[in-house]
Amino acid sequence: MPQLTMREAISQALWEEMEANPKIFLLGEEIGVWGGTYAVTRGFYDHFGAERVKDTPIAEGVIAGAAIGAAMGGLRPVAEMMTINFAFLAFDMIVNHAAKLHYMFNGQFKVPVIIRAAGGGGRQLGATHSQTPDVIFAHFPGLYVLAPATPYDAKGMLKAALRQDNPVLFIEHATLYQARGEVPAGDFTVPLGQSEVKRQGKDVTIVTYSKMLQISMEAANQLATEGIEAEVVDLRTLRPLDLEPVFASFKKTNRAVIVEEGWKSFGVGAEIAARTYEACFDYLDAPIKRVAQLEVPLPYNRELEQSAIPKAADVVRAVKEVL
Amino acid sequence: MEKSDYLRLYKQMVLIRRIEEKCAELYQQGKIGGFLHLYIGQEAVGVGAVAAMKQQDHIITAYRDHGIALAVGMEAGVVMAELLGKATGSSGGKGGSMHLADVSKHFWGGHAIVGAHLPLATGLALSFQYQHNDSVIICMMGDGATNIGYFHESLNLSKVWKLPIVWMVENNQYGMGTAVERASAVGEIRQKALGYDMANARVDGMDLLAMKEATAAALEHARSGKGPFLLEAMTYRFRGHSMGDPERYRKPDEIKKWQEDDPIGQYHDHLTKKKIATAKELDAMEAQVEEETAAAVRFAEESPNPAPEALWENIYA
Repeated sequence: MPQLTMREAISQALWEEMEANPKIFLLGEEIGVWGGTYAVTRGFYDHFGAERVKDTPIAEGVIAGAAIGAAMGGLRPVAEMMTINFAFLAFDMIVNHAAKLHYMFNGQFKVPVIIRAAGGGGRQLGATHSQTPDVIFAHFPGLYVLAPATPYDAKGMLKAALRQDNPVLFIEHATLYQARGEVPAGDFTVPLGQSEVKRQGKDVTIVTYSKMLQISMEAANQLATEGIEAEVVDLRTLRPLDLEPVFASFKKTNRAVIVEEGWKSFGVGAEIAARTYEACFDYLDAPIKRVAQLEVPLPYNRELEQSAIPKAADVVRAVKEVL
Repeated sequence: MEKSDYLRLYKQMVLIRRIEEKCAELYQQGKIGGFLHLYIGQEAVGVGAVAAMKQQDHIITAYRDHGIALAVGMEAGVVMAELLGKATGSSGGKGGSMHLADVSKHFWGGHAIVGAHLPLATGLALSFQYQHNDSVIICMMGDGATNIGYFHESLNLSKVWKLPIVWMVENNQYGMGTAVERASAVGEIRQKALGYDMANARVDGMDLLAMKEATAAALEHARSGKGPFLLEAMTYRFRGHSMGDPERYRKPDEIKKWQEDDPIGQYHDHLTKKKIATAKELDAMEAQVEEETAAAVRFAEESPNPAPEALWENIYA
């Protein structure tokens, strides 16, 4: 199977779906002539033209809002927020409008909008440009919040997202764009709202998503050299959240570590731990451990920043604590 | 216009007035919950604007939306049922007073966060332009919305992309309880369009026919590919901002002065003076509206509440 980077996979998904469906168009800051600040849409402007690849002013509220309105009007817009940190400027549009219009008007409008945003820390961009606020968006019913970790999932999930009728926040981890993985040629989709076991194991379950899948797999490989077999479950979608594979895995291993890049307080790990206690309490052989970012705004200094973001060693340590 | 057109517009204004007077009553009785923002005094703006729309045109508005809903031809019973939260309401009882809509009538809804529907209007206009159809959207907003970031982002983008939009500011002199000049650096709101090199005009929003004419010109401008147009309609709400408004911010003589310009009274005089209709004909029409209003309330009151399962319906498409 061909190896693609995450950037190529996302780009291919957009390109192929745009070729297939003239209702799909792109809008955002620097996505056209420039080719995207993360180069995901490089070449699109020349191929699809200014009508379908629309450069916008730097104005996130109206970028998201115009995308939502165009979706109400029957199109399938893909808006790029450049980074998820800027999506806070469009927060009202995303959570008060995209997420609620279908419900509040009792199904009269469909809002098949996709908002792409790069997220995550680790690039020395300082506190306001390094956040992982995925859970904040996942809090709202009515939205799909997708955060794929592999090029295969990214391509398949983005294609699936472009073929359904709900508003989607598609989170791309900025440090994963260069990550490589196998992606088959030809058309395929990956279902939304389904977690997946990415590594089989019997001793402990590691639940994670996005960039932290890489860290968790690295940890699992290290643990394997010591004879500890970790099962790794990738959430892939934060809303709607599919915990059945998590529970099934937990019932098998009886021990769990949850790994997220965001802050621990009120986070993804908090949610999964609480639901796991509700659903699987009798299967617990140890308290659930959570690995997460330290509760600080991320600093610019490389060493300081790295010390705040979870590493494979943190996951290994947490696993050993639950064994 | 034919005589029947003149009469239809009269009837629409009276229907909005009567339905809303009834709304106030039902609110006092606790049958309507939440917020209730009446359109009384502003009827000529909505009815005039809608009357200028062509079949392919669209409209979207803010939370003071009953007038637009009725002007586009939504059934009074369906509107009233929504206000009472009933299953037969236009949003199945999930939207309430501020969230009426009927896509089949090209009415994209009342939207309750001040200014937030402006980006949505921008997107709807973009969808018309993208699909190369001949539609224009009228985006109604209050004067208060013109102080919000969305207003500036939306006006700018609509001009950059030459979108087919009529930005229609209903300047009723107050954003909630704050007078325009206390909240807006520019008292003459249409001047805000100049910052975006956008065509604009101001019109007497108490004069139905002036409203219709000014809107038609604005629509024509937007339709011709010249880009958006901002129309400022000078109007006044005779009631408070909402039913919970203690109205300490304006004096009775100010209200009285505006009430002398009552859009329905003015239009009534116009029709009779110009001998387009007789007072008797208009009386008969008002009686018909009374019946329609009573029937709407009856329909709403007799309608069932939404089924418990409706709670879970339409979260996702």
